[in-house]
Amino acid sequence: MSFLDLKNVTKIYPNGTKAVHETSLSVDEGEFMVFVGPSGCGKSTLLRMVAGLEDITEGDINLDGKLINEVDPSERDVAMVFQNYALYPHMNVYNNLAYGLKNRGIDKETIEQKVNDAAKLLQISDYLQRKPSMLSGGQRQRVAMGRAIVRNPKIFLFDEPLSNLDAKLRIQMRLEIKKLQQKVGVTSIFVTHDQVEAMTLADRLAVINNGIIEQLGTPIEIYDNPKSLFVAGFIGSPQMNFLDGNIKNKTLSAEGFEIKDIDSDFEGEVKLGIRPEHLSQRENSLINLKVDLVEQLGSDNLVYGQLKDKKDFCYRCPGNLTIEKGTDLSLNIENNKYYIFDKSTGKRVN
Amino acid sequence: MTRFITSSFSHLILLIGILIMVVPVWMIFASSTHTSSMINMNGLQMFLGDSFYENYLRVLLYQGGFFKEITALKMFFNSFIMATGVAILSVVTSLMAAYALVYYRIKYATLLFWIIFITILVPLELRIFPTYSVMAELNLVNSYFGLIVPISASAIATLFFRQFYKTVPDELLESAKLDGANTWRFFVDFLIPLSKTMIVAMLIFMFVFGYNQYLWPLLVTTSEQYWTVVMGLKMMSGSIVHRFAFVMMSMVPPILIIIVLQKYFIKGVFQDK
Ligand SMILES: Nc1ncnc2c1ncn2[C@@H]1O[C@H](COP(=O)(O)OP(=O)(O)OP(=O)(O)O)[C@@H](O)[C@H]1O
Ligand SMILES: [Mg+2]
Repeated sequence: MSFLDLKNVTKIYPNGTKAVHETSLSVDEGEFMVFVGPSGCGKSTLLRMVAGLEDITEGDINLDGKLINEVDPSERDVAMVFQNYALYPHMNVYNNLAYGLKNRGIDKETIEQKVNDAAKLLQISDYLQRKPSMLSGGQRQRVAMGRAIVRNPKIFLFDEPLSNLDAKLRIQMRLEIKKLQQKVGVTSIFVTHDQVEAMTLADRLAVINNGIIEQLGTPIEIYDNPKSLFVAGFIGSPQMNFLDGNIKNKTLSAEGFEIKDIDSDFEGEVKLGIRPEHLSQRENSLINLKVDLVEQLGSDNLVYGQLKDKKDFCYRCPGNLTIEKGTDLSLNIENNKYYIFDKSTGKRVN
Repeated sequence: MTRFITSSFSHLILLIGILIMVVPVWMIFASSTHTSSMINMNGLQMFLGDSFYENYLRVLLYQGGFFKEITALKMFFNSFIMATGVAILSVVTSLMAAYALVYYRIKYATLLFWIIFITILVPLELRIFPTYSVMAELNLVNSYFGLIVPISASAIATLFFRQFYKTVPDELLESAKLDGANTWRFFVDFLIPLSKTMIVAMLIFMFVFGYNQYLWPLLVTTSEQYWTVVMGLKMMSGSIVHRFAFVMMSMVPPILIIIVLQKYFIKGVFQDK
């Protein structure tokens, strides 16, 4: 059994909302697991069940070899960082960090030692005497992290802790969280709806949709090998291009072009997925794109345009290529990197 | 220029308002520092006399009442005990009632709250006879306990605290739980400090409420030993300057409380963060 084990966990809220469906998941000790998915898919619910803040309707949760379904949150030895930080407004930073330790009956000197260590690690030593209202967003974020770290819990739970920060600070804190987690080595679950955050932080990633884990794996596995239309569309930025198509006798005909000898026995209506970064310009290729708009990011250009059938399409090319609006491009799919999904079930078929 | 005129006009109105409030009080105070014969001959006075100590000391220490058993000092003591008791007891009970209503999973908590709330429509004066017979049954007539307890459940204070608790974010409770706080600790370490200013404001309100009680103390005490200041105001006899002096002194405790705690009082009434 692994460190954290969810078995067929289901959550139905009292009002009848089924937020999580029979979800099973194992997290190893020291692993950084990320739950990612669109708003309302049940990420927070799943996390809060691990914390003990929501009852489990069905199924079992084991932490460190112990069934914790009925264990009170105060006894689970988990720490959580909330989206709005939930710092204690009437206590200064020192007491915010010390509060959990005091409740565990730890003696004063040890508390002081631990708080000072954590404060140093997070570079908040200068603010220990301040109230949370006198801190900036990034500093509050650090205090919230400190409150989690100082107790040395079995598991860290993060519920979108970075979403209240501005873009630059978010990237910085993201890095720091990752470094910190590697340094401290505590098992962590991080909830986000930002796929970049998910990709960069995760050891393993669980893509959740409608209360179900659609796919579980390392970020690269999921990026390279999405198992469903949903995962393919959710992971990757800009989003994967999807075209309607039809397979007959191992030949895929999309509107405007055909791909022969595909690696699938599937027959019928499909969606063809191509990532913008898996394309290159070559004379007389399959895809003809009429350019509408070019976004220059510096290192890359994002080229938006339309195919013959007016379908929107995106192509990512190196930033040193100049592409004018209105030109026609001929694009080739590199290394046959395309994904085929059954149109009715959304399952991957190649 | 027009601005100056309008603003001086509004200042004038305010000044007149203040004068209307203050002048009568001042006249009583000034008159209370003269001798009785002076007042009887020349009417109320606007300026201070020189019998201040004499009059006030006599009032404080004079054995008054029908049976000459109680001094004004003792009345002040009784009123203080009663007002403090009512203030503390009602704040403590309403804090706890509001906590239970908001944080415990009580079925029909809202309904329960409204039932508590409509007791505002049933003031003590309406239920005074049943309340009296309960107290008599329990042998609590002529005791501080009997003076304090029947008026120490405050629906208004419960309402205030309940509304405040409802604005406390859930994450705070959840975070505290994960930090190992149980229900009691959350109450003591979080809700009480967070509602500090509101608690002080309520203490003042309830102190003044308890201090101003008249009908209930009148009914539940038969011994003069339990007379309060407000009862004394009605019952007192003696010369006019002594009565004035007593009236002046009766205003002191509530004013003192407000002055001492006004910093919190204003913050609490006008909702702090
Ligand atoms: N207390 C509740 N009572 C009833 N339904 C709830 C409750 N909390 C959440 N839900 C529902 O459960 C579903 C999952 O909610 P959850 O908060 O887990 O979503 P989420 O993935 O965290 O979304 P977000 O990214 O917006 O935070 C949603 O449909 C939501 O409406
Ligand atoms: Mg959420």
